[in-house]
Amino acid sequence: MSVTIAPLTKKDLKSDQDVRWCPGCGDYAILNVAQAALAKLGIPKENFMWVSGIGCSSRFPYYMDCYGFHTIHGRAPAFATGIKTANPDLSVWIATGDGDCFSIGGNHIIHLLRRNVDVKVLLFNNEIYGLTKGQYSPTSPVGHKSKSTPVGSVDRPFNPLSVALGAGASFVARTMDNDIKHMTTTINQSAAHKGTAFVEIYQNCVIFNDGAFNDVAEKSIRADKTIDLQPGEPMIYGKDRDKGLRLREFSVQRCSADEADIWDPTDTSPARAFLIAQLDQDPEMPNPIGLIRQVDAPIFDLEAKKQVTEAIEKKGRGKLKDLIFAGDLWDVE
Amino acid sequence: MTQEIGTELPLQQQESVVIRFAGDSGDGMQITGNQFTGTSAVLGNDLATLPDFPAEIRAPAGTRPGVSGFQIHFSASDIHTPGDAPDVLVAMNPAALAVNIGDLKQGGIVVANTGNFKATDLKKAKVESNPLEDHSLDGYRLIKIDINERVKMALADSPLSSKDVQRCKNFYTLGLMYWLYSRPLETTLNWLEEKFKNKPDLVKANQMALKAGYNAGDIHEMFQGQYEVPACDTMPAGKYRNIMGNPALSLGLVAGAELAKLDILLGAYPITPASDILHQLANYKHFGVITMQMEDEIAAICAAIGGSYAGYLGVTATSGPGMALKGEAMGLAVSVELPLVIVDIQRAGPSTGMPTKVEQTDLLQSIFGRNGEAPIPVLAASTPADCFDMAIEACRIAVEYMTPVILLSDNYLSNGSEPWKLPNLEDLKPIDQKFRTDPENFEPYSRDERGARPWAKPGTPGLEHRVGGLEKEHLTGNISYDADNHQLMTDLRQAKLMAVRETIPTPEVVGPEKADILVLGWGSTLGPITGAVERLQKAGKSVARMHLRHVWPLPKGLDEIFSHYKLILVPENNLGQMARVLKSEYQSQNFLSYSKVQGKPFTTTDILAKITEILES
Repeated sequence: MSVTIAPLTKKDLKSDQDVRWCPGCGDYAILNVAQAALAKLGIPKENFMWVSGIGCSSRFPYYMDCYGFHTIHGRAPAFATGIKTANPDLSVWIATGDGDCFSIGGNHIIHLLRRNVDVKVLLFNNEIYGLTKGQYSPTSPVGHKSKSTPVGSVDRPFNPLSVALGAGASFVARTMDNDIKHMTTTINQSAAHKGTAFVEIYQNCVIFNDGAFNDVAEKSIRADKTIDLQPGEPMIYGKDRDKGLRLREFSVQRCSADEADIWDPTDTSPARAFLIAQLDQDPEMPNPIGLIRQVDAPIFDLEAKKQVTEAIEKKGRGKLKDLIFAGDLWDVE
Repeated sequence: MTQEIGTELPLQQQESVVIRFAGDSGDGMQITGNQFTGTSAVLGNDLATLPDFPAEIRAPAGTRPGVSGFQIHFSASDIHTPGDAPDVLVAMNPAALAVNIGDLKQGGIVVANTGNFKATDLKKAKVESNPLEDHSLDGYRLIKIDINERVKMALADSPLSSKDVQRCKNFYTLGLMYWLYSRPLETTLNWLEEKFKNKPDLVKANQMALKAGYNAGDIHEMFQGQYEVPACDTMPAGKYRNIMGNPALSLGLVAGAELAKLDILLGAYPITPASDILHQLANYKHFGVITMQMEDEIAAICAAIGGSYAGYLGVTATSGPGMALKGEAMGLAVSVELPLVIVDIQRAGPSTGMPTKVEQTDLLQSIFGRNGEAPIPVLAASTPADCFDMAIEACRIAVEYMTPVILLSDNYLSNGSEPWKLPNLEDLKPIDQKFRTDPENFEPYSRDERGARPWAKPGTPGLEHRVGGLEKEHLTGNISYDADNHQLMTDLRQAKLMAVRETIPTPEVVGPEKADILVLGWGSTLGPITGAVERLQKAGKSVARMHLRHVWPLPKGLDEIFSHYKLILVPENNLGQMARVLKSEYQSQNFLSYSKVQGKPFTTTDILAKITEILES
């Protein structure tokens, strides 16, 4: 990897294109944090690569002054797999939304996570289709009323963290668009991870689903309604940091802060992470944010590339002539 | 010719022979056919082969759906097809006989393995009475031989189980055919040594079975004489190997990438009959090839496009149903103007259709099957060996014009084989490719003299830019909804297609410059058309032929050529897709579509009969 002479600033990653999200959209905060955080990673600008599918969030690459590929609906993970495998030196990022990622792109995201391609995925989850003007999405809650579900949706939603865990993700985290500090920390953690990093961001759509996360993410209640899980830290939460969680058998229990377990996202078994991921189904429980899972796993792009370099080392670079003049040959005079 | 089969001479010369080996799909008929092919190739015959196997891996033994066949046409003179009707049918069981007897030439030889014609075998094959005894084969020369028993006796001393001994039947059969057509055993004996080098018992048993079969020809006087098909003396001088379409195509892709100084990134999803390309390229890692078996057809093409964006030569290989799924991503490749080779090994449709059968029904899908105006050059290989040349041509157009290219092949080419005169590698023209590195005045949608935009791969300092499926502003590549810009970009993409046309040679006419009929083919119909037209020309008929390898855009100069023929006959394994294109492109000409959609290629006889019918009407 080449070395840049001057470190990047946030401005270096701002493209000259006008940002066209609605005023007040949560995407602005994510863009700001991403530009600021990525500038400090020590990666040359030319090695940043943003890939996206279709949707409001998928316009993201146009606003980053680095390499960018705005592809087709749901398929960003497949493009990113090709790009990263072709050039593992690149720092490859995917911007995706809940429809792009889990409806049309459901097949691709699970296979990206399964393969553990060294790509960072930022899921902008607003529980609604924005660009197509307000249909319910695969993360919308049951009963959600939208243009396409005037009397409420009947399908059960995906829990993004559970899907990612189920697909064998090596890194799973959650953050929110209204907590700049937490989002910065989470993006930095994902950047440092080797392998696919899946980051769900609660993102507010001011037009079609305003306040979807207010019951947990609104600033005045956030401390009591969420628990920020960090490696090696006790599982405590609350405005007064007096509440805790502990894991007993196959359940998560509320307890006092001093009885709380220490959170370990690196556990070989994903069982605890699955239990934690389900907490947002229980109104009595805090909503989990922070680092849900981080484990080492073989990295697809490096392994695929290694097979090629090893084959060349072992056999020497192939010669076309040997390939063509092979098998049973005969001469015609 | 072959009509003299059966006359009683100790060694009789024949010009050309067609043998069909048919048995249960577990009987090893494909191996038998391939061995006979290899031996005949080394002997210097011209040849063409075609396997015919079921889509099911192992349909119930002894049933008609489980029949697997392999046809070989070998000749002392130039031939073009695997042959219309076999001279010899080797039937390992009643199902194989029932399925194939209708194709056999009148008076042809049937070699039947009587060991598999018991009542239960007849029942599995749904045959009412034993055809070996009910005189239904009276019009043929029937050779009855209990191959099961003969193999058992020949391998009495073998340590193999009786089940494994029976699996040597195909080599006994092969030995018998080697004797009948005076072929040497060496090629197959050596192949067995290599194939089972860690299983000496298997080598020995199969070699003994082969020799026993050969000797049986001598000892048992079943055939009343041997035949000989001398080497073909009209093949151009050079070094040859026998090759099937998919291997030739895979080699062509590797060659094309090397000529462009690129490495291949193949995104693929398993599909009959294209999977062989994935298998083969997966073995070429030491050529820098990355193969990725993706989660579906869409992911396969998307990964390939991603590879191209990052500086590889992206390739994806599929068949009709996969093409349908890839359509949207092809449009993106047109919009972002990146090199991409899309290989479509066509099979019979619609939907799943008949995955192992032949059709040319993806032509219109390839030319027009995308949303928006999304022009893509389309090529079609015409013979198994031509798949090599056309794969290189696809790479050339893709890289030099920064465009996706579709290369059509089909089941007839992918599984068929022919002798391939190996190219002189020094004669292959390098493909002009360079990555943009200079940031000075860089504009991602500027164009060179060919109309191609610069290829700037991520990791290059100073060339950071964004691409995508939204309409691009000319030069800058920024998103644009401007009306005039959209017209301009649409025109520029079309102009690039027409620039490709400038580099396509006008195909030559074989035969008279003016005539009653021009037979115009594309893709795998070349063999039967050539065979039929040659015969008619020898008979003094007013017929010429021409073959298209670039099917979109069509080559220049065709209108002028077409005007010299009263009728242009277009045989196709579809309902006249190319004829439809031609009628719209050359409206003053007289085209006649000749359609065959049976999952089978045209025979020479089909085309011969059609032309004759027209000439006589």
